[in-house]
Amino acid sequence: MDQILFNLSLLGEYPIVNLKIIIDGIMIGALFALAAYGLALVWGVMNVKNLAQGDFVIAGGYVSWWLAKYGVHPLLGVPVAFIVMWGVGWVVYKLVITRVVEKDLFTSLLATFGIAIMMAQILNLLFGSDTQSIKLDYDTLYFFDGFIDVPIAKLIGVLLAATLATCVIIFMKSSRMGQAIRATSQDARAARVLGIDTEKVYAFTFSLNSAICGAAGAIVVMVWVIQPFYGITHSIRAFVIVTAAGLGNLPGVIAAGLGIGALEQYGSHIFGIGYQQAIAVMLLLAVLLFRLVQQKRDRKSLQ
Amino acid sequence: MKGRKLILYTAALLFTLVAPFIMPDFKTQLATLWLMIIVALTWDMTGGQMGYNSLGNIFFYGTGMYVAAVICIALTHDVGAYTNAFSGQIYTFTNAEYFTGVMVGILGAGIFCSVCALVIGYLTFGLRGPYFAIGTLGVAIAAGELVSNWDWVGGGQGISLPVYPYDLEQGKVFFYALFAGTGVLLFIFLRWLYTTRFGAAINAIRDDEEKAEAMGIHTLRYKLTTWSIAAFFVGVAGGISAFQLIHFEPLETAYQTINLGIFMVVCVLLGGKGTLWGPVIGAIIFHLFKEVTWNYLLGWQWVALGALIVITVVYFRDGIMGWLMSVKPEWFGIRVEKKAEDAMQEAGT
Repeated sequence: MDQILFNLSLLGEYPIVNLKIIIDGIMIGALFALAAYGLALVWGVMNVKNLAQGDFVIAGGYVSWWLAKYGVHPLLGVPVAFIVMWGVGWVVYKLVITRVVEKDLFTSLLATFGIAIMMAQILNLLFGSDTQSIKLDYDTLYFFDGFIDVPIAKLIGVLLAATLATCVIIFMKSSRMGQAIRATSQDARAARVLGIDTEKVYAFTFSLNSAICGAAGAIVVMVWVIQPFYGITHSIRAFVIVTAAGLGNLPGVIAAGLGIGALEQYGSHIFGIGYQQAIAVMLLLAVLLFRLVQQKRDRKSLQ
Repeated sequence: MKGRKLILYTAALLFTLVAPFIMPDFKTQLATLWLMIIVALTWDMTGGQMGYNSLGNIFFYGTGMYVAAVICIALTHDVGAYTNAFSGQIYTFTNAEYFTGVMVGILGAGIFCSVCALVIGYLTFGLRGPYFAIGTLGVAIAAGELVSNWDWVGGGQGISLPVYPYDLEQGKVFFYALFAGTGVLLFIFLRWLYTTRFGAAINAIRDDEEKAEAMGIHTLRYKLTTWSIAAFFVGVAGGISAFQLIHFEPLETAYQTINLGIFMVVCVLLGGKGTLWGPVIGAIIFHLFKEVTWNYLLGWQWVALGALIVITVVYFRDGIMGWLMSVKPEWFGIRVEKKAEDAMQEAGT
């Protein structure tokens, strides 16, 4: 308790610490936002709530980490992870997801939970349960007499995430496939009537989501750590962000992602690093309850 | 039909009574099987009969463990000092203290958990479908993380409880009897409950909550009552587990979200959702599958388990009871009027 109060008072005494926490949070939050954007895409287009989201992120991270062991530059790992995870996503779609798209939501939730368990364990068997990360030998920038340190590697990570997000947005807005995806998410039946092969759209969307997650993971391994069983926390973060922002609300997803990154950093600064997972989950509960109260005002339930 | 059913139930009960003595090497396994049956049956109360798929029932299991342990210790010692790993002091329990601790602890765990269910249910029953599942999963994960940071109950180290004071083999039978007794009681209770108006009401909530409300059913009250009954039994099962396992820690044993928390759902889906026997059959088959893979596929057991979940959910959604119902409807007293259908076809042509 004293420790918590001391940490709080530290924030008041040195306002510069706040700035550091917020910058750290935003840099991590950019990656959360990327995975959450993939989730919102799948959720909105095919109404599948993918609990294996975080495990796709971790798997992408391991692709890049494994390549780096053989001397491939980590920045090159990002596109490779994108392509590899595209394939993984396509296989998962064809084997499982295609059969749960039309079913009720709990089915897809449980099926993807099963996939999450399998993926986490396969990664554990392949790469061991140690936490891994890639150290990039770039400089660190210092501001305000060294109070704030920004590793260039992290900056590169954020820039990569932003580039990827921009590419996906332009793709969704202007390409033919992007139009088909948006049409399917608005009304799948009407899209079928108008000659869109929705099965192909679904397969593409799910693979795209998996690839985005993979690329995000390849960035996570550069700026943070990965471990086979960290996937579920990433999934929960993605759920928090999408639940808070709502579907099809891209600025909302980005804002919520950055916000959650910052809130988590604040939480682990105040309560200690042991509470990091708990904070992610508590944020989910807080968001759900907030939305519930919002809906109750109109005598509706959250579904 | 009635006579045959009576024979079936008597045989099952007799087997339950003699099982630990004819299979003396598997006493703990059989006790775990009863634990699975209890959690599967209670999950089916909300998931199968009421349509609220909770992924967080494991919360009550973990909370039950902790409450039972804390009550048992607190009756004779100071909990904070007992759980302090560095005190180096040895705490003893007399036989009478141990057995009062076990009984009061288990009952207290059940009651505490049903109160928890009322509170959590009041907050979360506005969530529907997948939101309810994720919300309750969040509650369970958060509880595990918070408890593992709470030093008064041992933090990440968990709690060690006293060992059964008499012969250990006898102790295994004792815990088997506790689990089996709770399970049989629960089964009889549910068999009665599902035939009452209450059972009909929760089925109505599953089928269409808005219409059920329009028919004058106070849905929130029914939902809370059902969940708190389920939580009571899960809490009791958790309390028994605490004394059976002797030592437990928060994340892997008590709030084991991805182990038992997901096993109970798979048991129910495997056996058949919304049926009385489904969870029992599912739990038996799942337990066998789990033990076989744990023994012969070590390392890959989780992969096998994930595959089982995916396959059950995707290809075998109605479970064994649902499959039996479509193959042998006459066993369930459903009369299929083939003749009428044929007659219709003849009339049509």
